[in-house]
Amino acid sequence: MVDRTTPSQDAAYERIRATDEFASLKKKYLGFVVPMTIAFMVWYLLFVVCSNWAPGFMNTQVIGNINIALIFGLLQFVTTFLIAFLYSRFSTANLDPTADKLRAEYDKEIR
Amino acid sequence: MSALAPERILLAAESGNHQTLTSVLFLAVVALTVGITFWASRNNKTAADYYAGGRSFTGAQNGMAIAGDYMSAASFLGISGAIALSGYDGFLYSIGFLVAWLVALLLVAELLRNSGKFTMADQLAYRMKQRPVRTAAATSTVAVSIFYLLAQMVGAGALVALLLGVDSQGLKNLTIVGVGALMIFYVVVGGMKGTTWVQIVKAVLLMGGTLLISVLVLAKFGFNLSELLGAAAENTGKGQAFLEPGLKYGLTTTSKIDFLSLGIALVLGTAGLPHILIRFYTVPTARQARQSVLWAITLIGIFYLMTLILGFGAAALVDPETIDPGGNLASPLLAEAVGGGDGTTGGAILLAVIAAVAFATILAVVAGLTLTSASSVAHDLYANVIKKGDVTDKDEVRVARIAAFGIGGVAILLAIPAQSLNIAFLVALAFAVAASANLPALLYNLFWKRFNTRGATFSIYGGLASAMILVFFSPVTSGKGADPVTGKSLSLFPVGVDFSWFPLENPGIVSIPLGFLFGWLGTVTSKERESEEMYAELEVRSMTGAGAE
Repeated sequence: MVDRTTPSQDAAYERIRATDEFASLKKKYLGFVVPMTIAFMVWYLLFVVCSNWAPGFMNTQVIGNINIALIFGLLQFVTTFLIAFLYSRFSTANLDPTADKLRAEYDKEIR
Repeated sequence: MSALAPERILLAAESGNHQTLTSVLFLAVVALTVGITFWASRNNKTAADYYAGGRSFTGAQNGMAIAGDYMSAASFLGISGAIALSGYDGFLYSIGFLVAWLVALLLVAELLRNSGKFTMADQLAYRMKQRPVRTAAATSTVAVSIFYLLAQMVGAGALVALLLGVDSQGLKNLTIVGVGALMIFYVVVGGMKGTTWVQIVKAVLLMGGTLLISVLVLAKFGFNLSELLGAAAENTGKGQAFLEPGLKYGLTTTSKIDFLSLGIALVLGTAGLPHILIRFYTVPTARQARQSVLWAITLIGIFYLMTLILGFGAAALVDPETIDPGGNLASPLLAEAVGGGDGTTGGAILLAVIAAVAFATILAVVAGLTLTSASSVAHDLYANVIKKGDVTDKDEVRVARIAAFGIGGVAILLAIPAQSLNIAFLVALAFAVAASANLPALLYNLFWKRFNTRGATFSIYGGLASAMILVFFSPVTSGKGADPVTGKSLSLFPVGVDFSWFPLENPGIVSIPLGFLFGWLGTVTSKERESEEMYAELEVRSMTGAGAE
C-alpha cells in the first residue's frame, strides 16, 4: 500500500507544486527529454525503415566489407551512448540541484 | 564430490570430452549461486528487504544486476545464432534491445523510483483506486512474466541437452524441474537480495565469457573487422547478401512490416517489463536509479557489440552444417573452434565455459521473473486487493514466498508439455504486451494529469487483450505450415489447423497504438476527479523525490 498522505504533507506538495522553481524544473526536464525522445525514436525508426526499404543505400560498401548498413547500425550504439551521457550530464547540472532543494524544503516542512 | 577431483577434470579436458567438464562447471554455477543466496539472505527481515533488497544496492551493482536480469539466453545464444544463420538481420535485435534503454533512462527509471515502492502497480495506485488498478497491473505483470518464464524454461531444457550433447527427453524434463527448483530456491530464500547477487554474478560471467571469445575471434583476423565479415560471407556461401539487411525479413512486404512491428515492440517494450521496473526500487535514490541505467546501458551495449563479433565469428569459423536450425549452438561451437577445435583440450574447455555461462544466464533471468510475479501477487493482490492494506510485513513476505512456490510450480508444469510446441514467439509476445499494456499506463500516469482509474484499467486490459488476441489469430498460433526439414508445425497448433487472419507475427504495430487509445478512451469517458487532484503530489514526488521511500 502506498500510504495515504497526511494533510501537512498534502499542503507541502501543493505548495512546492505552485513554486516557480518547480515549474522551471519540470519545464527543463521536459525540454530535454521530449525532443531527445522524439530524436532517438525517429533516428531508430529511420534505421529500421532503411533496412527494409532502402537496400541500395544500405548495401553500399564503404571500406572493404564494411557497408552503410553496418555503420548505420553501429551509429545507433554511438548515439545511444551519447544520449545517455548527455542526459546524465544535463540532469546532474540542471535538474539535481533544484530537485534536492525542493526535497529538503519538503522534509523541513513536514517534520 | 569425486566428480570435482582436479585430475578427473583434467583427464576429461585432455580427451577433448567436454561433457564431463560442462557438467562439472554447471555444478559449480549451482554451488556458487546457492552459496551466494544463503549469504545474501542473512539480513532479510522487512518487506523492503524481501522485495527491494533493502534499497541498499549501489547504482553500479544494480546496473550489473539489470544487465544480468535483461540479457537472457535468448539474447546471448539466440542473437549470435541469428547473426550466424541470417547475417545482418540478426543484428537488428541487438539494436532494438539497446536503444530501448533510452526510454527507460529518460522517461521511466527515476520517476518510477521516486513514486513507487515495490511493484509496477504502486506507481499507478498512487493516485488511482487501489483495487481495480492493482488487479489490472498484477494481471499483466504475471502474464508478461509467465510468457517470458515459459520461453526461458523450455529453452533451458533444450539448451542443456544440446550443450551436453545428450538428446533425451528425460534429461530435458529433469533440467526444467532442476532449473525451476533452483529459481524457487533463490526467490524463496534469497528474496531480492539473493536474486540480485545471482544476477550480478551472472553478468560478470557473461561479460567475461563473451569478451574472451570475442578477443580470440578478432585475434584470428588480426583485429580487422572487414576481414572477419569477408570470411563470414565466404564460409556461409551467401556472399555479400549475408552482410546486408533483408536475408531473413526482406522477402515480402508482410515480412518487412512484421519486422518494423518487431522493432517498435522491442524499443518500447523494455521500459514496460515488470522484472526490469522493480529493479529500480533496489537503490536508495533516483540518482542511483539513473546511475543503474547508465551502467546497464554501458554493459548491455558492449555485450550486444560482442554478439555481433560472436555471430559473424561463428559464421566465419564454424561449419554452417553443424549449427542447429535455431542457432543456439553457434556461440558454443565458436568457442570450441577458437579454443583449438573439436577434440582438443582448449576447445573442450572453452565450450564448457560458454555452456556454463549460458546456464548461469538462464538461472539469473528465471529467478528475476519468478520474484517479480511473486511480489506482484503478494503485494498487489494479497496485501492490497484482498486484505485492503491491512497486513503485516511478515505476513506479506510469507505470502510472497508461497506465491514463488506456486508460480515456479505452475511454470514447471506448463514448461514440460510446452516443449513439444513451437513457443518461440513467447518472448516477442512478452515485449509486445509490455509495450501495449504497461508502457501506456506508466507514461500516461506520469505525464497526463487527467489520467484516471478507468484509463489505467482500459489501457492495461486493452493493450494486453489486443496483443494476445492478435497473436492468437496470427501465423505463430496457426496456419504457418510444416518445417520442411523436421515436418513439425511452425505454429503453436498442429499442421492443418488454420484460423489465422492477422498476417503479422509481431502484433506491436497495431496493439501498442491500441493500448494508448484504450487508455485515452477510458480516461475521457470517466468522471473521476480524485486522480487529477492527486496529480500535484505525484508530480512533485516523482520529480524531486520528496516523500519517496
